[in-house]
Amino acid sequence: MTPQLLLDGVLLGSTIGLASIGLTLTYAILGFGNFAHGELLSWGAYLALPIAGLVSGALVTEPLGALSFGWPLVAAAFIAMALTGALAFALDRILFGRLRRRGGAMTPVIASFGASLALRNFIQFVFGPQPAYYSRDLQIAMPFGPFRVTPDQIVVLAVTAVLVVGVHLLLSRTHLGRAMRATAENPQLAQIAGIDIAGVVRNVWLIGGALAAAAGVLVGVTVQLSPGMGFDLLLPLFAAVILGGIGSVPGAVVGGLVIGLTEAVSGPLVGAEYRTAVAFLVLLVVLIVKPTGLFGGRS
Amino acid sequence: MTAVIETRGLVAGYDPGLPIVRGASIRVGRGELVVVLGPNGAGKSTLIKAIAGLVPIEDGSVLLEGRPITGLPAHRMIGLGVGFVPQTDNVFQTMTVEEQLRLVTASMPRNARRPALEVAFALFPDLARYRTSRNGSLSGGQRQMVAIASALLAEPKVLLLDEPSAGLSPKMMQTVLDKLLDIRGRGVAIVMVEQNVRAALAVADRAYVMVEGVEQHEGTAAELLNDPIVAQLYLGRRGSAA
Amino acid sequence: MLDLASYAVFFLVTALGFTLICLGLNLQWGFTGLFNAGVAGFVAVGAYVSAILTTPASAQHLGGFGLPIAIGWLGGAAAAAATAAIVGIATLRLRSDYLAITTFGIAASLLAVAQNAHSITGGPFGIAFIPRPFAELSDRPALYDTVYLALMAVLVGIVFLGLERLLHSPWGRALKAIRENEIAAAALGKDPRRFRLEAFVMGSAVMGLAGAAEAHFVGFIAPDEFLPILTFQAWAMLIVGGSGNNRGAVLGSLVVWILWSASGTVMHGLLPADLQVRGAALQIVLIGVLLAAMLVLRPRGLVGERIIVSRHIIAADRDAGAVPGPTSTGEVP
Repeated sequence: MTPQLLLDGVLLGSTIGLASIGLTLTYAILGFGNFAHGELLSWGAYLALPIAGLVSGALVTEPLGALSFGWPLVAAAFIAMALTGALAFALDRILFGRLRRRGGAMTPVIASFGASLALRNFIQFVFGPQPAYYSRDLQIAMPFGPFRVTPDQIVVLAVTAVLVVGVHLLLSRTHLGRAMRATAENPQLAQIAGIDIAGVVRNVWLIGGALAAAAGVLVGVTVQLSPGMGFDLLLPLFAAVILGGIGSVPGAVVGGLVIGLTEAVSGPLVGAEYRTAVAFLVLLVVLIVKPTGLFGGRS
Repeated sequence: MTAVIETRGLVAGYDPGLPIVRGASIRVGRGELVVVLGPNGAGKSTLIKAIAGLVPIEDGSVLLEGRPITGLPAHRMIGLGVGFVPQTDNVFQTMTVEEQLRLVTASMPRNARRPALEVAFALFPDLARYRTSRNGSLSGGQRQMVAIASALLAEPKVLLLDEPSAGLSPKMMQTVLDKLLDIRGRGVAIVMVEQNVRAALAVADRAYVMVEGVEQHEGTAAELLNDPIVAQLYLGRRGSAA
Repeated sequence: MLDLASYAVFFLVTALGFTLICLGLNLQWGFTGLFNAGVAGFVAVGAYVSAILTTPASAQHLGGFGLPIAIGWLGGAAAAAATAAIVGIATLRLRSDYLAITTFGIAASLLAVAQNAHSITGGPFGIAFIPRPFAELSDRPALYDTVYLALMAVLVGIVFLGLERLLHSPWGRALKAIRENEIAAAALGKDPRRFRLEAFVMGSAVMGLAGAAEAHFVGFIAPDEFLPILTFQAWAMLIVGGSGNNRGAVLGSLVVWILWSASGTVMHGLLPADLQVRGAALQIVLIGVLLAAMLVLRPRGLVGERIIVSRHIIAADRDAGAVPGPTSTGEVP
């Protein structure tokens, strides 16, 4: 096992962790596993693509330092995060929310399956099936201790860390964060305590969608964009959420890291093509051994 | 005496068309401690949950100081002066005592928050000692105190409790009931569902007995203690419950 | 004219294959309330196992057992049933939506195996030369297709009638009781978990059988035929047709397959070659939107019954925090 595998695992795992924060919160608060969550990742990545193009068309810019991208992508990423948050909220307004009010715990799940298919194929319809890239510049991996890492990857790790810390501060220091934690743990008790669940739900979709979009852009920077990029991560996302315990944000992040590392480490053993199956095995083990997950309280 | 909290012919239940509460009318006045008794399934818990906005109301009304609050969303209740202490899962496990209390005070005006917290800690000195402990690490009795304190923070006009003594040791239960007498002394109306009839009637002013979704008996605590029907419902023997 | 007829027969055989799949799915969802998000996986197991059992030896994939086609079909159904048993035992005791995630995962994992385990499954090229029943007729395609259509119709008929008998039997009545009032049924000695597992396994066996039947009709299979889109098609059919009774499965499979094929043909005709893939994507978008609209506007489907899930399942899910408790003005809004 080389240290490089560990770095790959952390890179992958931190992205999974970041994207699954929104999933664990909506799962806990709204009580359904949103199969369309992966598409928020894809949409975030793909929305940033033309926006970055527009911005860099208006200005003459160069990549930042040794990175493969410049300010246009940074600006585009923020815009894409906001738009994806809005998309997530709209999905709930139009679809999931209505089905939730009607009762029946599984109908929103079925609907999310359909929404996932529609969203993913819409990207393919607009952008075509071939992979896309923010930049054609090749990055040179530099030695960094026992690892070889590209400047882009360093930025990805840094950005992910900043976002995760930001979410942690939100959840622990702000009223909104406490309200979100309360609602995720016990929606009824949260209402008794005076929390307006509707407002919390709105914010969860906006923030969760934005975080998934950020993860999407980060994947787009270091790997590539493809219409199925989010869908391919859906199983690892669910595995991370369940491993960490539904409703626990630290759990989702830790779960993501575990999944990422497991996938990376098992690569040489079973072949990288079986990454999804590896994530599934972890999920199965968790469900058999401790279905509530690492930090979860409810089964 | 205008009732602080009153229900008129309340019909409520989780499933439309399948009400558990079937036309209950109760009233509680300022500084009164009223207990709702009854066999399992009678609808006692559902009744107070419906008052708190947690169970859909099909018919009838709920009045707070004469003003209808029927059907208002649950999260508005505490702001209106209705505090609710659920039976189970009544604290946030992953939060500290202080975090949970601050969650409630966040919806109060800024300058009222600190004083409210200090009042709560004065009323529950134990809590002050544990204010930075996670709720999950507290004992059952301590958690109950956190739950009651949370409901009291916004200075409610009425406090609703669902079986506050459930799962507590007799000593702890007595402590809780004594606390409730304190609270009653401050003019708060208290409505309490309880299974422990004797202990409840010992502190109550009045009581209702609910059977099959409706209040069928009403009286002062003393009257009901000597009521043979109550004795039969609970104690399975004829004669008084005293 | 002959082309049109043969196309129609091919169309109908495929539609009936879907009907079988939907009947299995209906047993799991409509009658037992289980959400199988990995239908494609169970169909694939049936197809591949049957292919492996019956194809001649090959360097490209596992084979050479030379077993009769009937054994292949039964083996496929059994393998799908076994897969379902493993998944079911692990997850049916948990929340209802964990099954969705697990079935989704197993289908994805099986797809990965199909695509990459070259020596067993033939990898991306799949398995060819799958023996066809009534092989002696294969030099007359029109007759062959018609005979196969009759075979499929008989198969669907047998499964349909079998399921109807099953659902009106004591087993079926117990299942209905569990679905409507789990606690009461449990009190009467019916173990809900056992029944759910049995329904899940039987439904999956039917799906495996469907996979095997299609495989032997076409004569070759490849991983690309068992993508998540297949699962989605089956669900769309069940939602549109209506769950809770088997007529919905039959009707839905025909209606949606007609819509799907028609829209595919339209796209194919309208678009130039280089936009075909995009056209297919748009087709899927439209069907996805249709499904979502169906769920919002007419969840019952065309001929389905109201989805009755035990209040106690909802209550149990509520206590577990899966469904937030209702409030007087709308649940979690």
